[in-house]
Amino acid sequence: MSLILQGLCKRFDNSEKDTLHEIDLEVKSGEFVCIVGASGCGKSTLLNLVAGLERPTDGKVLLDGKEITGPGSDRTVMFQEHGLFPWLSVAENVKFGMKLAGVSKEQQEQKAKHYLEMVNLWDYRDYPIHQVSGGMRQRTALARSLTMESKVLLMDEPFSALDKQTSNRLREELQRIWMETKQTILFITHSVEEAVYLADRVVVLSPNTGKVAEVVTVELKRPRHVYAPEFVELRHKILEEVRGEAV
Amino acid sequence: MGFLLFLVILVAAWQGCYWIGVDLLGLWKPYAMPSPVGVAQSFLQLCEDGELFQATANSLLRGISGYVIAVIIGVILGLLINRSRYLQKNLKPLVLGIQTLPSVCWVPFSILWFGLSTQAILFVVVMGAAFSIAISVDNAIKNVQPIYTKAALTLGATKKQLYLYVILPACLPELVTGMKQGWSFAWRALMAGEVMTTSIGLGQTLIMGRDLADINQVMLVMLVIVLVGIIIDKCIFSIAEQRILKKRGLTGGN
Repeated sequence: MSLILQGLCKRFDNSEKDTLHEIDLEVKSGEFVCIVGASGCGKSTLLNLVAGLERPTDGKVLLDGKEITGPGSDRTVMFQEHGLFPWLSVAENVKFGMKLAGVSKEQQEQKAKHYLEMVNLWDYRDYPIHQVSGGMRQRTALARSLTMESKVLLMDEPFSALDKQTSNRLREELQRIWMETKQTILFITHSVEEAVYLADRVVVLSPNTGKVAEVVTVELKRPRHVYAPEFVELRHKILEEVRGEAV
Repeated sequence: MGFLLFLVILVAAWQGCYWIGVDLLGLWKPYAMPSPVGVAQSFLQLCEDGELFQATANSLLRGISGYVIAVIIGVILGLLINRSRYLQKNLKPLVLGIQTLPSVCWVPFSILWFGLSTQAILFVVVMGAAFSIAISVDNAIKNVQPIYTKAALTLGATKKQLYLYVILPACLPELVTGMKQGWSFAWRALMAGEVMTTSIGLGQTLIMGRDLADINQVMLVMLVIVLVGIIIDKCIFSIAEQRILKKRGLTGGN
């Protein structure tokens, strides 16, 4: 697997300057890359371009050498608002992508069980979406994304609509799951702490230029602890970077 | 229970008004004022020769067949308007306009084209309901939250799957509401059509009452029309609506 962003530019119709300007980035197989930046720096736009939900003004995104022209299940997205279907149960939501792909019923069951257990939701499989908490909804969405076994999983601030406690628990779970599955992940967040906690590499976007301001490799051993001195130091360093770039 | 009591009070008040206004003071002419007792007599009489039952059955059958045709046409038209930007811009305002046209306006056309036949009545029903259904189909699809579509596309949905598994279920609550409104339009249009023609039906029974100067029969038929409308609404559409909303946790309680 290789995901390459090449001279990627995006300018919106009503804008005078590029929201994203000549972004070059390569995500390697099994890597966890976080993109951080002050609000309005185009993080979500970047993710939408990779997802194929938006088209770049210039440049391209290559997945295994092929240019991306539209959305597809090889780049499943997990959204900030879960995007689960309220007319389906937890398990039916998890199976949804497999159903679209024509996966056999037994295999759907088997995989749904595997991933629902992974996110600790097996006991809630038959619950309607409106009867489970916000954290459980995001875990359902995570399980749904994982079943696709996409080449790269895109996550657009998936925990930022949750309360602090739930969001912390979920990122711990995500770290554990990533260590188990080695799923390639491109993760957007405004929280530097979250980025340092999860990522192999943190990419800082600048809202002024729309360019990559810095790429920081996080070499802290997993599982990481947010109060460890090295963690705090690195977080501080990146935070300064993000602040410096903010308007 | 409370509603039943209310009905009893209403009927008693009606009979009281009749008694004071017609019998006691002679303010109103008896042929211009129905009474509960008169309506009941009319009911028994029309039941005896089976005419009321026949008329109601005929009307229901016509109403339902016209409605089904209207749904088919309305859904197709609504989808077309939704899919094509050109039609959205140019045809939709027109459809919106036609939708406001009272269905009785279609009667002259229907008689010229189909004569005094069942088809003529069906034509009025279809014209009365199809446009409102088309508009509600278009609106229902438009109101589907974009996040559902985005999620489905990134899970690999094709166009067909998107419509079948996401857009259709997502707009179901609004669709049922639109269908319900379509039915009430169809039922009203049916009466407009039946009044104009001569085949047996509730509209015709009503006009017969007028021709015989039997105001009680007119009142009776009006009550039956209302009753059938309520029963269809409560027994089919409202139950469907409630079920869908409850399943999605969109209702408060029960």
